[in-house]
Amino acid sequence: MSLMKHFLGAAATLALGTGVALADPAIIFDLGGKFDKSFNEAAFNGAQQWAQETGGSYKEIEMQSEAQREQALRRLAETGSNPVVMTGFAFGSVLAEVAGDYPETDFVIVDAVVEQPNVTSIVFKEHEGSYLVGYMAAQASQNNTVGFIGGMDIPLIRRFACGYAQGAKAANPDTTVIANMTGTTPAAWNDPVKGAELTKAQISQGADVVYAAAGGTGVGVLQAAADEGKLSVGVDSNQNGLHPGSVLTSMMKRVDVAVYEAFSADELAGGVQVLGLSNDGVGYAMDENNAELVSEEMQAAVEGVKAEIIAGNIEVHDYMSDESCPALSF
Amino acid sequence: MDRMPRWADIVLIPLINLLLAFLISGLVILAIGEDPIEALKLMVDGALGSTYGWGFTLYYATNFIFTGLAVAVAFHASLFNIGGEGQAALGGLGVALVCLMVPWPHWTIALIAATVGAGLFGALWAAIPAYLQAKRGSHIVITTIMFNFIAASLLNYVLVNMLRPAGSMDPATAKFPEATHLPTLTDFLEIFGIPFAARTPANITLIIALLACVAVYFLIWRTRLGYQIRALGKSEPAAIYAGISPVWIIMITMMISGALAGLMAINNVMGEAERLVLNSVEGAGFIGIAVALMGRSHPFGVLIAALLFGFLYQGGAELALWTSIPRDLVVVIQALVILFTGALDGMVRTPVERMFLALRRRKPQPTRGPAE
Repeated sequence: MSLMKHFLGAAATLALGTGVALADPAIIFDLGGKFDKSFNEAAFNGAQQWAQETGGSYKEIEMQSEAQREQALRRLAETGSNPVVMTGFAFGSVLAEVAGDYPETDFVIVDAVVEQPNVTSIVFKEHEGSYLVGYMAAQASQNNTVGFIGGMDIPLIRRFACGYAQGAKAANPDTTVIANMTGTTPAAWNDPVKGAELTKAQISQGADVVYAAAGGTGVGVLQAAADEGKLSVGVDSNQNGLHPGSVLTSMMKRVDVAVYEAFSADELAGGVQVLGLSNDGVGYAMDENNAELVSEEMQAAVEGVKAEIIAGNIEVHDYMSDESCPALSF
Repeated sequence: MDRMPRWADIVLIPLINLLLAFLISGLVILAIGEDPIEALKLMVDGALGSTYGWGFTLYYATNFIFTGLAVAVAFHASLFNIGGEGQAALGGLGVALVCLMVPWPHWTIALIAATVGAGLFGALWAAIPAYLQAKRGSHIVITTIMFNFIAASLLNYVLVNMLRPAGSMDPATAKFPEATHLPTLTDFLEIFGIPFAARTPANITLIIALLACVAVYFLIWRTRLGYQIRALGKSEPAAIYAGISPVWIIMITMMISGALAGLMAINNVMGEAERLVLNSVEGAGFIGIAVALMGRSHPFGVLIAALLFGFLYQGGAELALWTSIPRDLVVVIQALVILFTGALDGMVRTPVERMFLALRRRKPQPTRGPAE
């Protein structure tokens, strides 16, 4: 132990020299990992974009287990990072406690609402974006059967499923929607093997377009659909390029924009920001990878629906408003 | 006397093991293009350079003391309890039930009840593999590790379907009521006028852990039961000959071991998170094995080893935070420490032993028998 004391002395003197620059922004990626090709990766892309444009640097932590959330949050706040952005509803209860202890730090949480003066909550109208991709899926389906694979079975993911089912039924009332969830714990965000199994099961039931709202699990869903020669729909990030010609489109949830703007803002306003179709917070992805899959008529139709939703003529039911869904039973 | 001195066994060999582990870790860090000296400084500074760092180090160490003692007690009976992970998880369930079901008036009473709950749940979870070992001869290593998985699944089920509050998406229990919140180490040290960084997870469970060390010492070396445990561990036929019932000793040893692992939950569930979340144990059950190995199954050794691993945990987290050294590399460092102190122990021990013997041979040895 005397060795340790020796190091201690050396380190203490050095600590003054290596002082870390203050007020760097920080981001915490929830379970699933920052390279999940989906939700967390969107956040990562936003942070990267900020770093490239400003030349700044930011701190990041990837959650490895449920039990670390509070420590990660406190450690970033304690070391002077500002703002601290976190992705995932699971931070909600933790942040509600921690935020009050660090009144000088701005916190931004994506996917949950935390009512604290120094917390900006960003939530998305996933049901609207899902409605559009559901509409497209039903149009592209030849068997009149579309699939949905969620990650963890929580109201937030049911909101995706419900919007998707409504969109599919709106495009074609005869459409059958098969919905499955990967699991009931956060491990379900990162289980591509099970995602692939569920996809194959849905395809064997006749589904020919499968929508994955499952974080890293979706990688397996998209892969399985491509292997079976069926279509899939990506989520959160633009996943069209993962399997060109097989991913019909992606339900874009602009977590990247949200993170980018949180990092860029001089001062965060606090309160709740709701991002939907009207302010481009959600949408569907079109690029060269899926140009051949989406016909002119399809795109025109879905653009029409989008305009109707923005105008308020089509009301997409939000599962989380009353925990029920008119188009799908879980 | 053909053994090396005691101090060499207890201090020198672990130290050499540790240095070797750090040396190899340094080479690994060098190989990925980072400065190992800088990394070590960062670890030491992050874990021990401030009372804030100490708060985390001691918090982790508290966990490891409990799981280390759990493994150590079982070792004395030659039982390899690698189910600390599951036993601690079940201990967490015990704590959560105690804290949520009863409106406690004050934390002291809640702490006593939670200690009983945590110990009881951990002990009962260890009792099943113990029974299978004692009565059926199912190997304890196999059964305890399988029980880790059963515990994780059971906890998943209970948290998702039973204890999750209505409307919550996160599979975790509700927050424990205010009256069950334990004082932090900061609050405790304030009584003595010692300033300590606020908002660290270290709490008064540390004191319970230290008491547990003392209790285990007395149990193993100062009680009849401890003697029986050690006798069974040294030789089962001899123990039977001496009238010791192996079934009884295996059961009671494993239950004490499970209870100690379960007690960890007071620290992480009641003291820190103040609610039960998934994976609350975070591998501490497995670290306990390394801690017990390194501590030579002695409570004091366990305490020192637990502090070392607490340092590695906290220092590693700092490393991952401030450098591009990935967190996985910290696991590599921990693994190297375990490898050198546990599995490769003989690699260092044999040459050191030879060296001591060689030194001794040069001196006159009056006590040597003529046969040598």
